[in-house]
Amino acid sequence: MHHAPDDLDNLIVCPTCDLVYRAPAVAARERAYCARCHTVLIAPRRKAGKQLIALALTVLILIAAATVFPFLAIGAGGVRHEASVLDTAFAFSGLLSVLAVAVLLFIVIIPALRLILLIYVLAPIIRDRPPAPRAKAAFRLSEALVPWSMAEIFALGCAVALVKLSDLAEVFFGPAAWLFAALVVIVVASDRLMCRYSIWTSLKE
Amino acid sequence: MDLPERVKTAREQGLVGCTRCTRPSPAGTPHCPRCGSRLQSRDAMSLQKVWAWWLVGLGCYIPANVYPMLETRTLVGTQSDTIVGGAVDLARHGNWGVAMIILVASVLIPVGKFVVLAGLAIGVRHGPQISEAWRHRLYEVVEYIGRWSMIDVFVVAILSALVQLQALATITPGRASLFFALSVIFTMLSAQSFDSRLIWDSAKGARPARNPKERIA
Repeated sequence: MHHAPDDLDNLIVCPTCDLVYRAPAVAARERAYCARCHTVLIAPRRKAGKQLIALALTVLILIAAATVFPFLAIGAGGVRHEASVLDTAFAFSGLLSVLAVAVLLFIVIIPALRLILLIYVLAPIIRDRPPAPRAKAAFRLSEALVPWSMAEIFALGCAVALVKLSDLAEVFFGPAAWLFAALVVIVVASDRLMCRYSIWTSLKE
Repeated sequence: MDLPERVKTAREQGLVGCTRCTRPSPAGTPHCPRCGSRLQSRDAMSLQKVWAWWLVGLGCYIPANVYPMLETRTLVGTQSDTIVGGAVDLARHGNWGVAMIILVASVLIPVGKFVVLAGLAIGVRHGPQISEAWRHRLYEVVEYIGRWSMIDVFVVAILSALVQLQALATITPGRASLFFALSVIFTMLSAQSFDSRLIWDSAKGARPARNPKERIA
């Protein structure tokens, strides 16, 4: 079976199970699934680009704020102590200081880098401009960083720590605590907005 | 989905699909023309990589359970807790709920990941015992859940940063936290190395869905 090169652009291969389909026209808010393994193939949303940029900027601000402001504080017997994300990373010292670096990477640097790359890729697209230089490489890197971007996992970790400590001491929410709740919601929302197929096809040129 | 008359895999059609952007290219094309990713019909090294990361991951998971995860210093004395030890302690104090959560998150899920990854890799090599759909579902769960195991390490960090109440109580992270983090990272790499398309290449050769049109929801 032979396909002309421009014909290949209209086919779509399921990345999970390798079946080939003719790419269907999918209306906004509809989703195209692979019939065999049910992987979502195309899920366009109207104005998704603009919304994704807005959400990415919000998360960037949240991460920056949570890094420096304390998010939790505890008190017992008149002593009070509070912690920010930076304090949390540097809780690992000596032999364990590799973990300090890892924690900073997973919850500050990688999420921030990924969002900056995403904004860089999407900004020209939503204004109907030609893609930014090296946009493909930027989006590839941004996608590769997804599993290692763990800000929302850290946010949930705060809730777990809270439960564990509530018996032992008084726990207070710091100014950054509500940021984490917002972070989890926004990360989940932007994940649902993102249609990788749409982004790749608009970077084609 | 709009399906052609007979659904075939890219490989059966002499094509190679890009796993990043889904564009097909003629077999042998080194890089995807749409997104620039490296193209491989099937990752020939997939299983070797899965097993290599799997072994290092397991190697780290053992010391993660032997060494203490947390050291708590209070007025009464110093206490070192391993993962299981900490959960048993909580249960003894009547805190059954939290103890169960810790056991599920730090023991059952990591062990389950090792078992499932090994099962998937063995299934590809020696013929699967369960259906493609089930193995695919298991793979998705392992892929999804992998990064969430890092929550244990983050909780240790948060507790250690927060509980610094001078003589009253201090918590410091134990050596196990490093091994646990490494074990999570290595199992994530193991799961990422697994080429999920291998699940669908059963021993009889790739087999398309029998009545794909009926399955469209």
